[in-house]
Amino acid sequence: MALFEARHLHKRFGQQVVLEEINLSFEEGRLSGIMGPNGAGKTTCFNVLTGRYKPDRGQVLFDGEDITGSPPEKIVRRGISRSFQIMNLFDEYTVLDNIVIALPGIRKKLTNPMHAIDADSEMQDRAMDILDRVGLPGRARTNSKSLSYGERRALEIGVALATEPRLLFVDEPTAGLGADGTSRLADLIQSLKEHTTIVMIEHDMQFLFDVADKISVIHWGQVIAEGTPDELRANPWVRRSNLGELN
Amino acid sequence: MDYPTKQTKAWVTPQIVVAIVLFGTMPLWIEAVGLYQYLGVEVIIWMIFALGYNLLLGYTGLPSFGHGAFFGIGAYAYGLAQFEVWPNLWFCLAAAVVVTAAFGAATALFLSHRRGIYFALMSIAFGQIFFFIASKWTDVTGGEDGLLDIQRLPVEFGAMSLSTRSNVELYYLCFALFCVLVILLWRLTNSPYGRVLRAIKQNEMRVSFIGYKVSVIKWSVFTLSTAIAGLAGGLFAMAQEGAYINIMSLQWSGTIVLMVLIGGGFVSFWGPVLGVILYFVARDVLGAYTEAWLLWFGLMFMLLVMFKPEGLAGMWRDLLGTLVTRKAEPKGNPAKVEG
Repeated sequence: MALFEARHLHKRFGQQVVLEEINLSFEEGRLSGIMGPNGAGKTTCFNVLTGRYKPDRGQVLFDGEDITGSPPEKIVRRGISRSFQIMNLFDEYTVLDNIVIALPGIRKKLTNPMHAIDADSEMQDRAMDILDRVGLPGRARTNSKSLSYGERRALEIGVALATEPRLLFVDEPTAGLGADGTSRLADLIQSLKEHTTIVMIEHDMQFLFDVADKISVIHWGQVIAEGTPDELRANPWVRRSNLGELN
Repeated sequence: MDYPTKQTKAWVTPQIVVAIVLFGTMPLWIEAVGLYQYLGVEVIIWMIFALGYNLLLGYTGLPSFGHGAFFGIGAYAYGLAQFEVWPNLWFCLAAAVVVTAAFGAATALFLSHRRGIYFALMSIAFGQIFFFIASKWTDVTGGEDGLLDIQRLPVEFGAMSLSTRSNVELYYLCFALFCVLVILLWRLTNSPYGRVLRAIKQNEMRVSFIGYKVSVIKWSVFTLSTAIAGLAGGLFAMAQEGAYINIMSLQWSGTIVLMVLIGGGFVSFWGPVLGVILYFVARDVLGAYTEAWLLWFGLMFMLLVMFKPEGLAGMWRDLLGTLVTRKAEPKGNPAKVEG
């Protein structure tokens, strides 16, 4: 059975139907990609799947349980987290503190007002491990505002990872990055893939086809094609809809 | 608000020691600098109020413009508990805290899903509701006359009883509570809870996406800050020997915002303390020269907001920063300087 499943999702804003009929399923241990033209509803789809919006119709299942319409914090606690296309960091905090605050171990101590967060070496170490994984160990004490754009992208993923998810949604990790940054992020996603189930929206076709096990194409609020990268290369829909330059 | 790690782990920091020494000795020197003992009482009470208020404004970024109402509710609760129930200091102060917190908790139910301008407007609306109830419900609050003849009850520990009749005695009661509050708030603001508050100020949506229920946290911090306002209000009823409606007005609610901002509540734990001192000293020193002292204070506020929104605490930090860098420069390695 799939780890995560969305059935017949429908979402509209006022008169505008953004998601018509979305059916998706993601397998544990895989990297699933989502692609589609601008305005196809990819990010809205993510927002519905991760609890930011409630769907008007349809069902979202995680690990066999119905999480439709649950608020983000409940979904995160169940083990689904996400990174954002437009960056959402805590800009007054250091890189390390951005990670620390997201750790479940810290969240569980929320109601202990005397717990000195900086003295919790176990959590500090865990946060450093995550910074290692996303390639920012040397930047722990830097203010997150002073990071380069590419580093902020990596931290964005680091914060999502810090919640210790079983399933990680990544929204356009390479948006706005140059060739250098993109290849560094590709390496990062490759290495994360070994431990975490990932669902990724991505514009860079080359990158997505290299790294994904399965890809779903969203257009007009529907999944119009689905399959492995090889299957999709041959798919007439994908060729015709001119989604990107593929070699 | 970045402190060296050593400080954020400590129960008592150098700044806390300085504050304790400074305010602990205040009755000894306040008259020598041309001020008077009652001013000290006012200052320390408003510092308690301001520290609690800053949990909302400076830490969580929630602009409550109706907080004076809770200060006032604390004062009435203290008076009523004394008249109607049991004239015991601890009981009456506890009543001030609990009753105010109950009003705060109920109000927070309506505010905890709001932010920014909507939060601000609703906080004004609730402040005004409480103000009008207090002014019209004459049987309970005494209306425009207020509650008169509130006693400065003695501090009782078993058989021991300490008077709070004189201003200096009352000051030391407030000072003791201030010290406890400062230490507890220092710990709280450096606990996971405090860090989440600051995270909410920076990016509320992301906080929910790392697993925190933002509305519950906002509800709790609002309630906590009203509880502290209630304590300050109870003490203020003792200081004034009465509870009056004017402290619940919009103007006084604005004054606490002014104090906290001018002091630098957004960047420093100590901002509210500095702001309260500046306000009262300005009132008394400028006030001695001109009745229009608030005009000058207002202008000062405007200049500060335009040129140094980090307030007094921000200026102090810049000053320290320059001094530290200068000291470090001859050694040729300013990069190593921290904090």
